[in-house]
Amino acid sequence: MVEKKSAVYDVVVIGGGVVGCAVLRELSRYDLNLLLLERETDLAEGVSKGNSGVIHAGFNVPAGSLKAKTNVAGLGMIYGLAAELGVPHRKTGKLVVALAGEDRGRLEGLKTEGDKSGVPDLELVDEAAIRRLEPLARGRWALYSPHTGIISPYEFTIALAECATQNDARVLLEAPVEAVGFDGGLFRLSTPKGTFAARFVVNSAGPFADDVARLAGIDDYRIFPYRGEYLISDKDCGLRLGMPVYPVPPRDDPGLGIHITPTLEGNIILGPSAEPVDDKRDVASTRKVIARIKAESGRLMPELARISFIHSYAGIRPKLVDPSGKDRFGDFVVEESGLRPGWISLLGIESPGLTSAPAIARMVAGMIGAKTDLRPKPDFNPTRPLRTRFANLGDNERAERVANDADWGEMICRCEHVTRAEVVAALRNPFGARTMDAVKRRTRCGMGRCQGGFCTPRIVKILQDEGVLVERITKRGGGSRLFFGRLKG
Amino acid sequence: MIDTLETHDVVVIGGGPAGLAAALGARRAGAGKVLLVERDRTLGGILNQCVHDGFGLFLYKETISGPEYSERLVEDVVREPIKVETGAMVLDLTPDRVLRINSRSGYRLVRAGAVVLAMGCRERTREMIEIPGTRPAGVFTAGSAQNLVNLQNIRIGNAAVILGSGDIGLIMARRLTFEGVAVKGVFEIMPWASGLERNVRQCLLDFGIPLELRSTVVEIRGRDRVESVVVAKVDGKLMPIPGTESVVPCDTLLLSVGLIPENELSKRAGVALSSLTGGAVVDENCMTSVPGVFSCGNVLHIHDVADWASFEGFAAGESAARYAAGERPAGGTVRIFAGPNVKYALPQLLTAGTAGTEWSFRVARPLRNVQVVVKGKATDKVYARKKFGRLLPSELQKIKVRPAVAEDLEVSCHE
Repeated sequence: MVEKKSAVYDVVVIGGGVVGCAVLRELSRYDLNLLLLERETDLAEGVSKGNSGVIHAGFNVPAGSLKAKTNVAGLGMIYGLAAELGVPHRKTGKLVVALAGEDRGRLEGLKTEGDKSGVPDLELVDEAAIRRLEPLARGRWALYSPHTGIISPYEFTIALAECATQNDARVLLEAPVEAVGFDGGLFRLSTPKGTFAARFVVNSAGPFADDVARLAGIDDYRIFPYRGEYLISDKDCGLRLGMPVYPVPPRDDPGLGIHITPTLEGNIILGPSAEPVDDKRDVASTRKVIARIKAESGRLMPELARISFIHSYAGIRPKLVDPSGKDRFGDFVVEESGLRPGWISLLGIESPGLTSAPAIARMVAGMIGAKTDLRPKPDFNPTRPLRTRFANLGDNERAERVANDADWGEMICRCEHVTRAEVVAALRNPFGARTMDAVKRRTRCGMGRCQGGFCTPRIVKILQDEGVLVERITKRGGGSRLFFGRLKG
Repeated sequence: MIDTLETHDVVVIGGGPAGLAAALGARRAGAGKVLLVERDRTLGGILNQCVHDGFGLFLYKETISGPEYSERLVEDVVREPIKVETGAMVLDLTPDRVLRINSRSGYRLVRAGAVVLAMGCRERTREMIEIPGTRPAGVFTAGSAQNLVNLQNIRIGNAAVILGSGDIGLIMARRLTFEGVAVKGVFEIMPWASGLERNVRQCLLDFGIPLELRSTVVEIRGRDRVESVVVAKVDGKLMPIPGTESVVPCDTLLLSVGLIPENELSKRAGVALSSLTGGAVVDENCMTSVPGVFSCGNVLHIHDVADWASFEGFAAGESAARYAAGERPAGGTVRIFAGPNVKYALPQLLTAGTAGTEWSFRVARPLRNVQVVVKGKATDKVYARKKFGRLLPSELQKIKVRPAVAEDLEVSCHE
C-alpha cells in the first residue's frame, strides 16, 4: 500500500521495538495524529525479542544515571501496565549470588547503589535464605530483590502497539525510513510505503538509530552492537525455577553476566553473552559461546547439567560504548536535537530498556507537551482486545468455545496446544504481520520441543487459506522465503 | 457443561500403522466399544506421506507404498464396529484413564477401560544437536519436508544438504532429486549409515548422491535463507576436527538426525519411560507401568519397518481388550537387561514363569558373524541363542525365548 495523500502526522515514531511502541501508546492518550514506522515485517523484530525478559528493579546501574531513573520509574509503572494490557507477567523476585565469600562486598556495592536510586526493599541474604527463596540457587551470599519480575518482551511490545492502534495510532510495517527531508517546518520521512510529513519525530530505531539520525543530518552518536547469545530449555526440563538468578556482575563483561531466568511458561533461559560484533543484524549462535553459557550457568546451578535445550537464539544490545574505548558505562540518551528541533532521539536503549520503556515514553510525552498542547482524549482506552489461549482454559470453557467455533477444536501446535482459532486470530492482527515468526510470537506455535516440526505444514495451509501465496510465505519477511512455489506434477 | 463421561472399553490414541492394528487387535480379542482417535484429518499416520514403495513385506507378503499399506489396514478397521475419530487430538491422559479430547466436533472427556498408546514419534531438531550459526529459513526436518513435498506439492528449495542418514532423509534425497532439487550430499556423524541398507543403495548410490560418513554440519550460514553450510569431519568422540571444514553452498538443509518416541501423554499419565528406547517400559503384554495403559509402535521404540509396528499394535490391542474385560495379568517382575553390544531389548519386563515369548532388540554397532545370547543374570543359564551373519544398528531384530523364565535376564551379542 503506497501512501497517496500527504497527511501531516503530529508525531512519527521510527522503530517498533518496546520503546517505540511504549511511546506510541503513551502518546495515543492525547489528541494527536500518530504513525509508527517499522522496517521489519513485524514489531519487536530487533532488540525487543532477544533479551532475558526481566523486569529490572534498578540496582545494576549507577545512581543518578538516566538508566537508573527511568528503570526505577518504569518499575513503578510496568506491572500495572502489563496487567492493564493483559500481558502475562509475574513478580518473581531475583537473586544476585556470590559464590565466594569475598564477593559479599560487591553485593553490598550493588545494594548501596540501588538504595541511592530508590530501588525498594533490597536485602542482603545468607546461604540459608538463598535456599529458601530459590532451592535451585546456591551461593554464600546474595542480594535479594523482591520486586524484580519477568514478562514476555515481544508480547508486551505487541500489546503496547495494539492498544495504541485501538486509540487511532497507525502502524506501518516494512517501512524503513530511507531519507529525511525538511519542508515548511515539517519532517518528511521517505519510506517504500510512501513519504510522511511529521511535526515531531521520535527516533527509537534501536541499533539503527544512529543511521536514521544521520539521514536527518544529526551525527552526534555512534551505536555499537553487542551480541548476546541464549539457550532455552524445554518446559518439562524437570527443574522448576522460581526466579532469575544472576552472578555478581563480572568486571570484564559488558553485560550483567550469564544468568538463569525462568519464562512464564516454565522454560529456563541461559545467557546472554556480551560480545561486540560488526554487523547490527548478526544474531548467529556460536559453538564457543554455547559451551561458555553452559559452563558458567552450570557453576551457578549445577542441576542445569542434566537438562536439554530446545532452542538457541541471540539478541543485539545497542550500546553507546565503543568496545575499543576506555568507557565501560554508557547512559541512555533521551534528547531533542539542537540542530533539528522537534527531532527526539532515544539512543543506546539497551538493558534495562524493557523496564524503562514506560518511563521513557512518559519523558517523551513531556518533551512534546512542552512544545505543543497535549489534549487528553476523553475516550482513551488503556486496554487491548483480550487474547485467549486455549492451553490456559479449563474444561468447560474449552468445550464452550469449541461448541461456538469449531476452529477452537482444531489443534495446530501439539507441544503448546495452540488451536486454529488462535492462529487465524494472530494472522488477522491489526498490523498485517503474516510471517511464520509473527504467528510464533503471538501464539507460541513452534516454541515447543518439536520446534515447528508438527505445526509448520499446518500453518502453511492456514496461511494459504488466509490468502497468502505459497511462494510469499516467509519466516520473518525479506528474503526469508520458506518455499519456491509449487512442484510440477 | 462437561458432566457426563463417555466410556469405551478400549481407546487407541493414534491411527498410524500401530494404532490401526491395535484397534483391530482389540476387536479380535472381543472388545465391544473401541474408539480410535487420530489427530490428522485422515487415518494412516506418517504412512500417508510415505509415497515410496517398501511397506508390507512381512504383514502382506508383498511390497506396497505407505498409503496402500495404510489403506489395507483402514479397510479392515472400517469393517469393524470401531468408532473412528479423525481431526481429534488427545490433550491429556490421567493415570485412571480419563482422556481429554479436542476436535472440531467438540471438546470432551472420555473414560477408557484400557488405553493403547500409539502416538508415534517426532523428529530430532536442529537445536537438539546444537548446530551453531544463523537462523534462516530453509532448515527443515526431513519428515516435515516430506509432508510439504508429498502432501502439499510444495517446492522447498533448489539445492539441499541432508544431515543424518536416517531413513526419511535417505528417502527424501531421492524424492528431491526426482523433483529437480540438487542434493549436494548426505552427511552422517557416525561411521555407519543409520538408515536401512536398501535405502542407502536405492536412494543414494543409484543416484550418485554422496554419503559422507564421520562428517557433520558445524555451522549454518545465511541471514534470511540458508546460503551454505559448513561441514567437517569428526573424530572418535564425534567432535569436529579443526582444519577439515568445507563450505557447501545450498539453500536448504534437511535434518534426518533421529526420531524420538512422542511420550508427552504417557508422561502425563505417569508411565515410566526407558532411557534406552525413549519409550515406555513394558511387559510381554505391552503393558506399561500404569495398569491398563499399553504401548506399541514408534511411541514404544523406533521401528525400522512399519510392519513390526503393526504386529506390536495387534498384540497391544489384544492385551488391552483383555484388560478392559477384567483380566488382570500378574505384571512383569522379571527384568531384562541389554548386555554387551546390545542397545536395547524389549520388553523390559516379563511375567515370571512366561514361556515362548518373542523379543525385539537392536545392536549398538554393526557386527559380523555374531551370536546373540539370552542368559540368566543369576544362574548364567542360556535361555536362547541365535546366530546372525551380520547385524546393523538400523535393523530391529527378533529372538524367541522358549523356556519359562523366572530370573532376570540379559541379552548380549558376541562376535
